[in-house]
Amino acid sequence: MPISLEIVSPERLLLSRPVDMVVIPASEGDMGVLEGHTPMIVMLRGGTIDLYEGDRVTDRLFVNGGFAEVTPERCTVLANEAVPLAELNRTDAERQLAEAESAYADAAKLDTAAEDAALDAVQAARARVEATAA
Amino acid sequence: MPSLKALRTRINSVKSTQKITSAMKMVAASKLRRAQVQAEAARPYAERMERMLRALAASVAGSPTAPPLLVGTGADKVHLLIPVTADRGLAGAFNSNIGRATRNLARKLENEGKTVKILAVGRKGRDYLRRELASRLVGDISYAGKRRLEFTDAQEIGTRVTQMLANGEIDVATIVYNRFQSVISQVVTEQQIIPAPPPPEGETADTSGAIYEYEPDEETILARLLPQALAIQVYRALLESAAGEHGARMTAMDNATRNAGDMIKRLSLNYNRARQANITKELIEIISGAEAV
Repeated sequence: MPISLEIVSPERLLLSRPVDMVVIPASEGDMGVLEGHTPMIVMLRGGTIDLYEGDRVTDRLFVNGGFAEVTPERCTVLANEAVPLAELNRTDAERQLAEAESAYADAAKLDTAAEDAALDAVQAARARVEATAA
Repeated sequence: MPSLKALRTRINSVKSTQKITSAMKMVAASKLRRAQVQAEAARPYAERMERMLRALAASVAGSPTAPPLLVGTGADKVHLLIPVTADRGLAGAFNSNIGRATRNLARKLENEGKTVKILAVGRKGRDYLRRELASRLVGDISYAGKRRLEFTDAQEIGTRVTQMLANGEIDVATIVYNRFQSVISQVVTEQQIIPAPPPPEGETADTSGAIYEYEPDEETILARLLPQALAIQVYRALLESAAGEHGARMTAMDNATRNAGDMIKRLSLNYNRARQANITKELIEIISGAEAV
């Protein structure tokens, strides 16, 4: 049975279609979502979303963090940015990682909330670099 | 009676003004379409964000550690007003409506003994408030020269407001903007963004009673979600205001074009009358000259 998946960014609806299973990068480990999943609200880390039809991966998208709402019928991903893996660019990803790391070095001097946010940004940037290698 | 030459120059100048206003009207119409599409595209995210926020808010309700972004600081002393205006004029009463609403709101709050701070978004609003309420102005942001509003712009405002709240500089924040109702009507809207407004009556039931599990816990998610939700509200206000601006300019320029047309008609009539009067006068001079001989 398919579950309806939606991926939205603040600027537009990126994807909306039924899939058999979706694997989302939740903050405490990847999470496979099938139809009938228990209702959850999860925070996402930077990583890839895999869309399954049957037992094949049909699409892979990179998200740089966000939130997901899971109910038995649907899975809604609120992402700031979602890009198909094929469109990622290694050099851009590495430049962003470098920027995130220097931002983290600055933020570490401020309060812990800023430090946490910067750390997440570094992690997301690193995941992006890894995703380009995949 | 102005001379024929003066009338001719007058007609020509009104004609060129009319050309400009009608071009501006067409530009505004195409920008309006783009702004409407953009506002439409932002809706799904905002709706889903709201749904999630409502579920979360319900689950931390009453908790003493609820974050100030959601429940406020507990005080109601310092109000931050965020008037959103355009960077350009020639849009009818679009900008002055916001200016007036902000001024009235500020007066009302001050009469109640509260402190008012203003963060002006858009150049026109900043200029107006600098004249009227300069001492309350704490900052301004403008996107002049930007082709397209992006979410990061709204995030920038959101971060500033969150920072002010965290530093204890403000207790309540309200955004004042023109809501786009139709091309000819923009409604000045005052929307409270901090503390987060309670859900509209009768809509609380549509979370369908689902009890969510949270990963990680509610408070960690809320701490991350709330600034995002704030930015989204600002983003929507900015988009509405952008669409409203183009709508208002379109209407204003349409009126201006029509007025210019009326004026040209009237001036042409005067011109032709004066021309005929001149001819008649010359004829009379010739005839009476001939009779005298």
